[in-house]
Amino acid sequence: MRPLLRFDGVALRRGGRLLFENLDLALGPGDALQVAGPNGSGKSSLIRLAAGLLREERGRVERSPLALADDNVALDRELPLKRALRFWGGSPGPAMDALGISFLADVSVRLLSSGQLKRATLARVAASGAPLWLLDEPLNALDGDGAARLAQAVEDHLATGGAVLAASHQPLPGDWRRLELGA
Amino acid sequence: MIWALIVRDVRRGLTGSAWLPIAFFLLVATLVPFAIGPDARLLSRIGPGALWIAALTAALLPIERLIEPDRADGVLDQLALHGLAEESVAFAKIAAHWLTFAPLLLVAAVPASALLAMNGASLARTEIALAIGTPALAALAVAVAAVTAGLPRAGSLAGLLLLPLAVPLLIFAVADTLLLEAAVSLLLTAGAPLVAGAGIRAART
Repeated sequence: MRPLLRFDGVALRRGGRLLFENLDLALGPGDALQVAGPNGSGKSSLIRLAAGLLREERGRVERSPLALADDNVALDRELPLKRALRFWGGSPGPAMDALGISFLADVSVRLLSSGQLKRATLARVAASGAPLWLLDEPLNALDGDGAARLAQAVEDHLATGGAVLAASHQPLPGDWRRLELGA
Repeated sequence: MIWALIVRDVRRGLTGSAWLPIAFFLLVATLVPFAIGPDARLLSRIGPGALWIAALTAALLPIERLIEPDRADGVLDQLALHGLAEESVAFAKIAAHWLTFAPLLLVAAVPASALLAMNGASLARTEIALAIGTPALAALAVAVAAVTAGLPRAGSLAGLLLLPLAVPLLIFAVADTLLLEAAVSLLLTAGAPLVAGAGIRAART
């Protein structure tokens, strides 16, 4: 079966520093991979490379349609949350339910706490309908309930044939393959 | 997606700071009679040129909010992930900026021309020249905003970059050679999305 994300001997250089080289990985439907490693080891860069926002120095990256959640919220601050989410397409209702932020639908984005914003960015990804999710430090600012809801959303996504690549320096809830990046 | 982006940017402009450059434009036009004195003949002779200087300086004001907020907030990244080329994003930004900037400017030019004792014919010529030139001003503003996005003191740098590029436009506009002005305006408007697209890509980290 064709993988949803595939790295073939990939090397990435940022600011003159080689972050990693000869990296191979493949994510098929139902695969969840956590990229772990200390601060500065290139986890976020790997996610942005997988998203196509950075160019590989060597090797090849193949990707299917994807959605990215990182520390940038990318929602219009002055709009109510639901309208802001709707700009990115799809119907955000079920995703907002899944992340437990339905009651914030009419609250403007600038009033949300950082944990609520994190849930909103995760809801943006969940509402996208993309088969591949890229999550950069998804646990940042999330409370226990948020982490449990994230684990459930990831599980549902994997069950429907999706794949998830997440970068985090702390253990993620659920069943993940691990890829360690050196510092 | 490109239409959704234009609609969004127009909405944000009109509910936000679109009136600021216009207020600035009127303010500059108000300063001229104070600086020159109440000589109606002199004022009406320099009127069109003064309006253009006011329009050029007003075009500088919104530059910092055209690209940088969307870059810092990850909106430009998400647009790229939705398959929108950076040049298309730049085109949408130019179109939206022009829609919120040009009509208000053309309206504001009417009271401004009264302050400068310009007659009806002179106002009409200036309005036509402004209508032809404003797409280029909007395009230049977005291109310069993209090139300077993320830099410290981007605002002052943007002024240094934009004003020299607007000089040909200014020369042909006040010399009443509208076909040449239109040619320059077309060139700037067509080239700006390419420059802005490259700027957006280069600002990505």
